[in-house]
Amino acid sequence: MDGDLSPQDKKDLDKFIKFFALKTVQVIVQARLGEKICTRSSSSPTGSDWFNLAIKDIPEVTHEAKKALAGQLPGIGRSMCVEISLKTSEGDSMELETWCLEMNEKCDKDIKVSYTVYNRLSVLLKSLLAITRVTPAYKLSRKQGHDYVILYRIYFGEVQLGGLGEGFQTVRVGVVGTPVGTVTLSCAYRTNLAFMSSRQFERSAPIMGIIVDHFVDAPCGNQRPITMGQPCNYRAPDEDDGGAFAGVQDSQEVCTTSFSTSPPSQLYASRLSYQPAPTGGAAEFNTNQVKEGGNVLVPAQPPHGADVHLTVENAPNTPSSSGDEDGLLQSGEGRRDDGRRSVSPSDPVESLNAFTRKVGAFVNKPNTQITAASLDLPFAAFAPRGLDSEENDPMVRPPDSPPSQSPLQASLHSQGSDGSGPQDDFVMVDFRPAFSKDDLLPMDLGTFYREFQNPPQLASLSLHTSSQSMADDLDSLPEKLRVYEKNIDEFDAFVDMLQ
Amino acid sequence: MNCRSEVLEVTVEARQVEEAMLALLHTILLHRSTGKFHYKKEGTYSIGTVGTQDIDCDFIDFTFVRVSSEELDRVIRKAVSEFKDALSSDGMGQISLEFYQKKKSRWPFSDECIPWEVWSIKVSVVNLANEQERQICREKVGEKLGEKVINVVEVINRHEYLPKMPTQSEVDNVFDTSLKDVQPYLYKITYQITDSLGTSVSTTMRRLIKDTLAL
Repeated sequence: MDGDLSPQDKKDLDKFIKFFALKTVQVIVQARLGEKICTRSSSSPTGSDWFNLAIKDIPEVTHEAKKALAGQLPGIGRSMCVEISLKTSEGDSMELETWCLEMNEKCDKDIKVSYTVYNRLSVLLKSLLAITRVTPAYKLSRKQGHDYVILYRIYFGEVQLGGLGEGFQTVRVGVVGTPVGTVTLSCAYRTNLAFMSSRQFERSAPIMGIIVDHFVDAPCGNQRPITMGQPCNYRAPDEDDGGAFAGVQDSQEVCTTSFSTSPPSQLYASRLSYQPAPTGGAAEFNTNQVKEGGNVLVPAQPPHGADVHLTVENAPNTPSSSGDEDGLLQSGEGRRDDGRRSVSPSDPVESLNAFTRKVGAFVNKPNTQITAASLDLPFAAFAPRGLDSEENDPMVRPPDSPPSQSPLQASLHSQGSDGSGPQDDFVMVDFRPAFSKDDLLPMDLGTFYREFQNPPQLASLSLHTSSQSMADDLDSLPEKLRVYEKNIDEFDAFVDMLQ
Repeated sequence: MNCRSEVLEVTVEARQVEEAMLALLHTILLHRSTGKFHYKKEGTYSIGTVGTQDIDCDFIDFTFVRVSSEELDRVIRKAVSEFKDALSSDGMGQISLEFYQKKKSRWPFSDECIPWEVWSIKVSVVNLANEQERQICREKVGEKLGEKVINVVEVINRHEYLPKMPTQSEVDNVFDTSLKDVQPYLYKITYQITDSLGTSVSTTMRRLIKDTLAL
C-alpha cells in the first residue's frame, strides 16, 4: 500500500499526522485549563503554524504527548488517547472524557497528501476547537479550582473507555481519509456524574462557599505564604510572550478542594474567582496530589483557594470546640444541600423544597459560633449558594470575626420559624452580612436583609384580589358618590378652611 | 454540482437571539475561513494563520469559538443585529448564511453567483414568565446550541464539495479577500421574518460585505 505513495508524500503524510496528533493534544488540554483561549490571526504566514491555525504549544503538554507516542505514530490499532478526569481534594477522581485519535484501514488512494489531506486536517482541528467547548467537561473545567481540578493523561495503544461509567456518549469530531488509512477523531464522555455526588455526601468536610477574593487580608492571611510564585496557569495569550509557558512548565500545581456534585450551576465559584494570581502556596499542596501520575492541568487559580483548601482539610481534624464542629457539620450539611439542590439544576423548585426541609435542622442548632481564631476557616459556617453565582456576591457573605451571640441567633430563629419561605434560597443560620456588627440591637442588618429579602407579593398585583376589589370598587362607586354628594357642604367648608 | 442545504432550528428567548445566532454563524465561518492567501510566482501560494477566540455568552450557558477577526465579527454582528431587531418578541424568523462562487460572465451580463452551501437557521422566539424559567432556558439553550455545533461539525466533516483552490486571478470569485486577517469563502447573509400569520414577509438583505464589482 505504501508503495503507491511517493516517498515524499509518505514523508509528508507522516509529518502531518505526527503534528496533527501533537496539535490535537494541545487543543484538548488547553480547552480544559479553565480559561478562555485567544490567539491572533496573522495574514503573513509564519511558517511555524501547523495547519494554518494559531495553536500555541504548551511545552509540558508537547513533552507528555511525545513521551506517550514514543516515536510512533497513531496507526491502525495504535490510537492516541487523551483522557480528561476530575479529581477532588479528597482524592476522589473520575474520568470525564476520552478523546481518541485513531486510524482505520480505509484508505483513500487518490487523495492528494500535501494539499487535500493537509487542508482537511486543518478543518478537523477547527472542529476539535469547536467541539471541545461543547462537551460537559468544558463547563466543569471552567469552574475548576476550589473544589476540584481537571487532569489529563495521554496514552497510546488501545482505547480504554471503561472508566467513563454507564451510558457514556460518543461524539465524532471528524474523519480525514489518507492514502494509508482514515484518521478519526472522536470523544467519549461520561454522562453519569451521580456516583461522585453520593460519595460527596458521605463526607462532612465543609466547602467554602465564598468567593476567595475575600481572603485577601484577613483570616487566612497567616496561612498564605507572603510571596507567591509564578502563576502556573496558561494565560490567555493577549500577551504573546513565551514567558507564559515557562510558568506552565511547573504545572503540577493546581488547587484542589472538595468536589461538589453535579457541576456547573452548583459551583458557587463564579468566574470572578479565577483571576490569574500567583499560586505558590498551591504548589506545595498540589504536587503531593499529583503523585499517581495524572498530569495536572493548570487553571487560573486564586492562591487563596489553595490555602483555603488546606485549612478546610485540617479543620475537621482539629476542632477546638464543639461549636466549631457544629459549624463544620452544618456547613457540610449545607453543602450537601446545595449539592443535592444542584444535582438537578434544571429543577430549582424541587431542589428548593429539598433545601427548605433542611432548614429546620440548622435553625435548631443552638450554638453555631465559629471564631476566626479557633477555626482556620472563617467561612466554614456558610454553606455555598448555588443556583446563581450572582447570588454569591461578596457583599453578602464576607466574614464577621467575632462569634455571633444570641440576638442574631434569636432573630434568625424567629425568622426561621415563620419564614421558612419556600422562596428562600439562603441558609437561615449564621447569616452575617458584610459590615454588620453583632451587637445587642434586636434588629440588625442581617435580620433586616433576611426579612425584606422576599417581600410578600403586593396585594394589588395578585390577580384574584385585584380583580375582585376592582369589581367591588365599581359596584360601590355609585353609593359612594351619593354619600359624597350628600356631604358636599362639608367638603366645601373644608376646602375653604384650607384656603 | 448541487447546492448543499442545511437547516438548524433553535428556540430561544428574545435576549438570547443575538448570541445564539453569533454562536452558530461563527462556528460555521470558523470552518469556512482560511488564512490570507499570498500568491508567489510560479502559481504557488502560502496561507496565513487563522487565530481563534473563545466567546462566552452572557444570556446562554455556552461558549463558542470564532475566528479572531474583529472585522469579520463586526460584519456578522451587524447582520445578526438587524435580524434580531426585525424579529418580534415572540415571532419566528430565519437567517441564512450562503456560501457562493462567482462565475464571471461576458459583458453585458453580470456575474453569476452560484451558491454551493446554504445554512439556514430557523429561530422561534419565546417569552418566559419568570426568572426560574429563564434560568432553565439558559441551560437548555446552551445544550441545544451544543447539539447544533455538533451537527455543523458533522456536516462539514463529510468533506463534500468545496470550490477548487483558485488561481490568483480567480481568488475573488471564491474567497472574500476584503478582510485583512482572514479569508472566508464568499458568503452572504439574508434573513426572513415570518409574521404571526405564518406568511413569510421577506426582508432580504443584500450582501453585507463589499465585493469586487461585477462590471
